[in-house]
Amino acid sequence: MSEELLALTGLRKAYPGVVANDDVSLTIRKGEVHALLGENGAGKSTLVKMIYGLVKPDTGTMALDGAEYQPVDPRAARAAGIAMVFQHFSLFEALTVAENIALGMEEPPKPRVLSKQIKDVSETYGLPLNPDRTVGTLSAGERQRVEIIRCLLQNPRLLVMDEPTSVLTPQEVDILFKTLRTLSAEGTAILYISHKLEEIRSLCETATILRGGKVVETCDPREQSARALAEMMVGQTFASPKRSGRMAGEPALVVNQLNLRSTSPFGTTLTDVSLTVAKGEILGIGGVAGNGQDELLAALSGERLATPSAVTLAGMEIGALAPRERRAYGLCVGPEERLGHAAAPTLSLVENALLTADVREELSNRGFIDWKKVRGFAEKVIADFDVRTPSADVAAQALSGGNLQKFVMGREMMQRPTALIINQPTWGVDAAAAAAIRTKLMELADQGVAIIVISQDLDELFEIADRFAALNEGRLSDSRPMESLTMDEIGLMLGGVQGGADAA
Amino acid sequence: MIVLEKRPTPSKLWAYLTPIVAIIATMVAGGLMFAALGNDPFTALKYIFWDPLLGEFAFFYREQLLIKAGPLILIAIGLSLGFRAGIWNIGAEGQYIMGAIFGAAVALAFYPLEARWLIFPLMIIAGALGGFIWAMIPAILKTRFNTNEILVSLLLVYVAEQVLAMMAFGPLRNPDGQGFPGSRSLAQYSSSSNPELFAGTGIHYGVVAATIAVLIAAILLSRHRVGFDIKLMGVAPRAAAFSGVNPKKMVILCLGISGGLAGLAGVFEVSGPSGQLTESFNQGYGFTAIIVAFLGRLNPLGILGAGLLIGLTYIGGDAAQAGMGLPAAAIQAFQGMLLFFLLACDLLTQYRVRVKREVAV
Repeated sequence: MSEELLALTGLRKAYPGVVANDDVSLTIRKGEVHALLGENGAGKSTLVKMIYGLVKPDTGTMALDGAEYQPVDPRAARAAGIAMVFQHFSLFEALTVAENIALGMEEPPKPRVLSKQIKDVSETYGLPLNPDRTVGTLSAGERQRVEIIRCLLQNPRLLVMDEPTSVLTPQEVDILFKTLRTLSAEGTAILYISHKLEEIRSLCETATILRGGKVVETCDPREQSARALAEMMVGQTFASPKRSGRMAGEPALVVNQLNLRSTSPFGTTLTDVSLTVAKGEILGIGGVAGNGQDELLAALSGERLATPSAVTLAGMEIGALAPRERRAYGLCVGPEERLGHAAAPTLSLVENALLTADVREELSNRGFIDWKKVRGFAEKVIADFDVRTPSADVAAQALSGGNLQKFVMGREMMQRPTALIINQPTWGVDAAAAAAIRTKLMELADQGVAIIVISQDLDELFEIADRFAALNEGRLSDSRPMESLTMDEIGLMLGGVQGGADAA
Repeated sequence: MIVLEKRPTPSKLWAYLTPIVAIIATMVAGGLMFAALGNDPFTALKYIFWDPLLGEFAFFYREQLLIKAGPLILIAIGLSLGFRAGIWNIGAEGQYIMGAIFGAAVALAFYPLEARWLIFPLMIIAGALGGFIWAMIPAILKTRFNTNEILVSLLLVYVAEQVLAMMAFGPLRNPDGQGFPGSRSLAQYSSSSNPELFAGTGIHYGVVAATIAVLIAAILLSRHRVGFDIKLMGVAPRAAAFSGVNPKKMVILCLGISGGLAGLAGVFEVSGPSGQLTESFNQGYGFTAIIVAFLGRLNPLGILGAGLLIGLTYIGGDAAQAGMGLPAAAIQAFQGMLLFFLLACDLLTQYRVRVKREVAV
């Protein structure tokens, strides 16, 4: 049980201007579930890429089963028994499960044999999956199973998983954990990357914590509190934002019987969506990715038009208005996808400020743009939201994900909205910045702004939302007070069971 | 092993250098082609680039330069707006022809009334309208039925050419022309002529319109929300929709502007340099303008320079045909090379070339 499988000694990897990993050493034993913890930019990805042969270390050595291990590419890593499930899936939606798996194999067996192997593996490890289904029809959780089974077919000795639960419902997480425990009991080691502390405490035996590219701590997470782990990650003690016991005002943003057909074959159709957000209230909308979040956001932002009465803002019917007219009434929106949706990648931050702030900040006069004023607004957002950038003239794509997220959030929040809709406000943002964004959201609510936060991070919703509703296959549940809900009830709501506890 | 690496930010230096490198590469490759055809490449290049500007008969060629460049620039400015937004109007030639037909038809309807103050402005409006209407066919088909505007606008060029032949041989044929195809002379009819405004310069109303178009486009793209929306839709369509740009309106707007400007170029051409509507007055300006737009980096001032350069290859090409007996197709191939090399060099603004040692696997 305690035999060493993979030992890393003194690994260092530097990129121009930044040392991603510095003197990193860690040991993974056979059959161990080992957590790799750290904030964004702490060096987790670089470390994993070195193990998987995508990046070569500058100095330091790796040993597998005591023998020297120097993978030149992922193929060599796989041949040595190391498999990896990435956070973002690389699957073809129009192909079946079996076809997708065959594509990733060096020498795929005959289709019928492969289908049988897939079925065997999926039954052995409790991962129900039909090899003949088209991937486009699968949920995110099922797609992840495809990736996991693809790995398991290689009989790996070490399975690396990068943020595997970010797309799963609590119930799906339970299934995944059962599988991982089975694997571990059979002697397969698992390197588990996450920043969800509770998960790590329930699953992992050892945790290595990275900060600024260095190992700061190796501990048994079961013996630590989540708070202690978080403080090791961040390197400081920090206070989580506190709710100030707001009173909700009169209804501000109302969605009434919204129906919207999907425009793409793999999109989601919205059915009878109704919701009400009062002034000064935060409504949290949870749901597994791909259950209509993007579609709901598009219907609210005006990218997709509905009937006039389907969306009302302070009594005005805005359901059929274009995005700029809705902004004029005070509706501001922050989409999930930063690059390409919320911001144009190749344009500068100044130009990206104009993208949505034109109407409310009066940055143009009869169509003629006042670039000085636009620059002023962009620089104010950069200062107030602590966006780390050399200047406002840098292209949006040159910023790190977290910094661009801060810019986009700031751009919407600083337009004095009457209603604000944000999809995934802190996705990919480090813990300190995420706390700052949440605090600002709560401040806005205190000032009487009606806010909808769509998020897959349930902990986040627990922290800031007053009420909770779940999206499932394009239908929205009734909203319920956040405090009264348990994780189990939320899980059932996410799975589409109305009334939560009653049905259970 | 030679590899291409994407640059983190596009190179500013190469954005300006590529047109120059492309011109030099075209001269080299074109020279080789001329040599392969049995001509002296240096004489041919001298005919094309040197003689029209500084040679013995340059006084004859110089006014030709603006006459050729004017319509090219006017059409290319319109096309560049659409190209920036990712809307590909390849059928400017057809819109240019329809503009000429509409304008000529208005003039001929009034013949021989002497009322220049009324007829000439009406012709201009009709010309712009003709190009606009022809461009609305791909625009409406795209917004309604999601057809591909590249195919529709291109194929409509061939329809327009048939309409042109029909008009030149039929309804618009000169009744006093002893059966020759082609309309009455519009240049010699005082109400419809588009004369040279300053003797020896080649400047006519079309050149004036092209200059105004360059200025308006420059201001639109740098200072106005519509220009910003056009650029935004080209670089990030989803972000544009989020910002509130209506893609369908944008298709109508961009195709409408490019069609209207092409139509204007048509009416100025048929009433000025060409002088009458004939089956073959058009000279392919609408297609060449696509090269001009890209050679000018879709930038209004760049298009101004590119229009003059391509105009030069037209005139010089004619001179080389007359003086050396180079086939017309060789000149067209030469112009095509320019676009080809430009697009090839364009890669260098986004990517850099690196030589890597082979790594043993």
